[in-house]
Amino acid sequence: MSYVALTPEDRELMLASVGVDSMEDLFAGIPAELRQQAQLDLPAPLSEPELLRHLEELAGQNRSARELTCFLGGGIYDHFIPSLVLDVTARPEFKTAYTPYQPEVSQGLLQAIYEYQTMICELTGMEVANASAYDGATATAEAALMAIAHTRRQRVVVSEGLHPAARSCLQTHVWSVEVEISRVGLEGETGQTDLAALEKALGRAGRPDLGNGSHGERAVGRPFLADDAACVIVQHPNFLGVMEDVEAICALAKQAGALVVVNADPISLGLLKPPGDYGADIAVGEGQPLGLPMSFGGPLLGYIACTEGLLRRLPGRIVGATTDGLGRRGYCLTLQAREQHIRREKATSNICTNEALCALAAGAYLALMGPQGLRQVAALCACKAHYAHAELCKLEGCEPAVSGPFFREFAVKLTKDPEEVCRALLDRGILAGLPLGRHYPQLADALLVAVTEKRTKADIDALVEGVRSCL
Amino acid sequence: MPRTVFELSAPGKRGVRLPTSDVGEQPLGELLPADALRRDPPALPEVTEPELARHYAALAAKSFGVDSGTYPLGSCTMKYNPKVNERVAALPGFTDLHPYQPEETVQGALRLMRDLEQMLCEIGGMDAASLQPPAGASGESTCLRIIRAYHDSRDDGARRKVLVPDSAHGTNPASVARCGYEPVTIPSNKRGRVDLKALRGLLDETVAAIMLTNPNTLGLFEDGILEIAAAMHEAGALLYCDGANLNAILGKAKPGHMGFDAMHFNLHKTFGTPHGGGGPGAGPIAVKEKLAPFLPIPRVVERDGRLRLETDFPESIGRVHGFCGNFLVAVRAYAYIRSLGAEGLKEVSETAVLNANYLMAALSAFLDLPYEGPCMHECVLSAESLREKHGIRALDIAKRLIDFRIHPPTMYFPLIVKEALMIEPTETESKLSLDEFLAAMLVILDEAQQEPETLRQAPHTTPVGRLDEVKAAREPDLRWKG
Repeated sequence: MSYVALTPEDRELMLASVGVDSMEDLFAGIPAELRQQAQLDLPAPLSEPELLRHLEELAGQNRSARELTCFLGGGIYDHFIPSLVLDVTARPEFKTAYTPYQPEVSQGLLQAIYEYQTMICELTGMEVANASAYDGATATAEAALMAIAHTRRQRVVVSEGLHPAARSCLQTHVWSVEVEISRVGLEGETGQTDLAALEKALGRAGRPDLGNGSHGERAVGRPFLADDAACVIVQHPNFLGVMEDVEAICALAKQAGALVVVNADPISLGLLKPPGDYGADIAVGEGQPLGLPMSFGGPLLGYIACTEGLLRRLPGRIVGATTDGLGRRGYCLTLQAREQHIRREKATSNICTNEALCALAAGAYLALMGPQGLRQVAALCACKAHYAHAELCKLEGCEPAVSGPFFREFAVKLTKDPEEVCRALLDRGILAGLPLGRHYPQLADALLVAVTEKRTKADIDALVEGVRSCL
Repeated sequence: MPRTVFELSAPGKRGVRLPTSDVGEQPLGELLPADALRRDPPALPEVTEPELARHYAALAAKSFGVDSGTYPLGSCTMKYNPKVNERVAALPGFTDLHPYQPEETVQGALRLMRDLEQMLCEIGGMDAASLQPPAGASGESTCLRIIRAYHDSRDDGARRKVLVPDSAHGTNPASVARCGYEPVTIPSNKRGRVDLKALRGLLDETVAAIMLTNPNTLGLFEDGILEIAAAMHEAGALLYCDGANLNAILGKAKPGHMGFDAMHFNLHKTFGTPHGGGGPGAGPIAVKEKLAPFLPIPRVVERDGRLRLETDFPESIGRVHGFCGNFLVAVRAYAYIRSLGAEGLKEVSETAVLNANYLMAALSAFLDLPYEGPCMHECVLSAESLREKHGIRALDIAKRLIDFRIHPPTMYFPLIVKEALMIEPTETESKLSLDEFLAAMLVILDEAQQEPETLRQAPHTTPVGRLDEVKAAREPDLRWKG
């Protein structure tokens, strides 16, 4: 296939007009030895019907969540996507545009992002939001770097309830800039962040309990000075699905002069108190549940919102409203003095391309849902998750792994190896959940189950029946 | 301006109806702790679906994509995004996959990832690849971390400087700083290439790497690349290729052969995936064998005929994305490469380079040409003489192009060219559309002399004129407050 629009005659005419004899003359600046070995060894080109068939074949080698019943969560959820969301993001004027550096021809795109920023602020109770980050994991790392820059402190305190991938991303982002990470474990009983350990880690009561380092995380060897933590990072509800005592966490952090970064699931905010209400300084999260398909984990949508005082530390694009010469309202990218194309090495971040189209999808999703719809989605998730939890825990050999309150996702302890249970359930066409031993060795006998509004009573009953048959 | 979605809102309107609960309606207070619930629902708009459809249709009409018209935005490679690639990326077998599904249920996805990695290695002349970085800048910082881990692994951790040409993209020095390195600027010579003598003078045991875009941001091939590579390697430093300009050299030269040790690809530039109004893109990386142990996790590995995502690489720099990078972007890029093949990709680069030279040859009669050609996939011209003679700036020319339904070129970049206009037509433009672009430019350059005010006030055909960006920054209005 070819998408090139020049005919052989065009090429001849244009080469003549440039003043060269052949195409090769245009590439003469490349050393000959490089050109001689540049031949590409790639599969033969495919026509459109062949390409479609080939990709359909590859897609057919996967078993998607349309075919399987999905109780997998752990940061990515199988929520319903309204049709209009797909229509909005398919519009070529949005989809095939570049970052809106030229506001006069990008008013629609800019306004849509401005509306997205507003809705994220409403959802999180924060004052300002950016136009997106790559995903929830990298948004969390960006938030840590904001806190480090703002407080000029070089240590971040992280709850083990934060998504393991977000912790790993955080580690990757900070190891090269001499920042230490202190980890705070979860209480075995409730599954909530251990507040006593948090207090220790904040430097108020000597050295924290460090636990064993998992991949890439370095054990921290020296005693901490009091008040040297830049921020506390907590996920709410946390990776085990458990709702944290966020108010107590905020209070401890504030006493130590640390900022609070809350990684909050956006659907949960249809029901739960927004981070701004309990004093978070930065709210981040994974926006995928807001109208994006699971997509094998990408593209996703990292949202970042913060207090006004942190505005100039925000990474990435921000859209603002202003006026033109005639006083007409218009939108443009603003506060660009934070950004790499202006500030180069002094920029708040290196981010350039972000996830604009995913932000557009989230904006359309939130507008379609409205306050009542979002609340209904969240309530359906909570109801169905609690039903599933209750039914599962009626089974002999299945009990709650932790006692803390949960929203859409919960951990249950099984008397059989969860990996084995998942394999057996797959034979019944069910993705039963995530065996937690992969991420939390102390929970090797636990399964993390997510229940979205898409799951029916029949789906849940089939899950329960499947688990029962394994135990 | 169209009303904001908040102004369409009225209490009680709904855009979506959901089924009621089939597991009973337990009061929320019994399910969730009362003090954890929000007092007021979020103040989201309340609109109907038809209203919202019109709202977005109106916003789309005030936006401009590659499908809307010529988009010669230098450095951004705004080429056509094939529709079939959108179609395959929407297959449920790709979209409805959970990243934690068991490997045996995602063999097709893993095969596509593995094959795309191999094809990118072939195109880049590299040995191993990772699709993890979700954007070009992420690819840059990932490669720099790999370079740092490599030096550390050899107890050579005192290397802290990274050389960056003065013509480089802003993301380069920003990525350097992100990795705890110090950027050191290398000047360009009179030919617009790296000043080799200055480079040699900077080399010592404190230099970790050089970041080069080749062809560089002036659209010129760094023809001293083999000498640069030899000098860097002799000094114990590595070479990183910013792949932003790869569209010029597909099948014409491979970064790996030039001496680069690591590189990133912009799938949303070279491989025709849509830019999405600023993302999602994807910034896969590829490296030489010696750097492979440090690639981010997870990695796609084949064992006993079964593909797996593995994380057990003790020397890896860790994760750079929550899951597997921007998979659906990878699907589109895979489809692009499979549909064009080796000859098709070479034709892409040849056409992109011919188109850029065609414009440069025609425009250099009217605008300053700071560096002699031939250029590669883009050309950089300067409006400095026009500014001196008529007070017309690059900005004025760019804004006036909008009235001809042509997207402005990149302006004021690279920084080393005064009043820069950076034009990248890509292979997408036909001779007809290039000639229309030139015709528009001729009208504009005539206006610069005859009626300069028309240019200074441009654009004239858009819903708003030039915006007060100073006000936008000084009095930030970043959300609708009603």
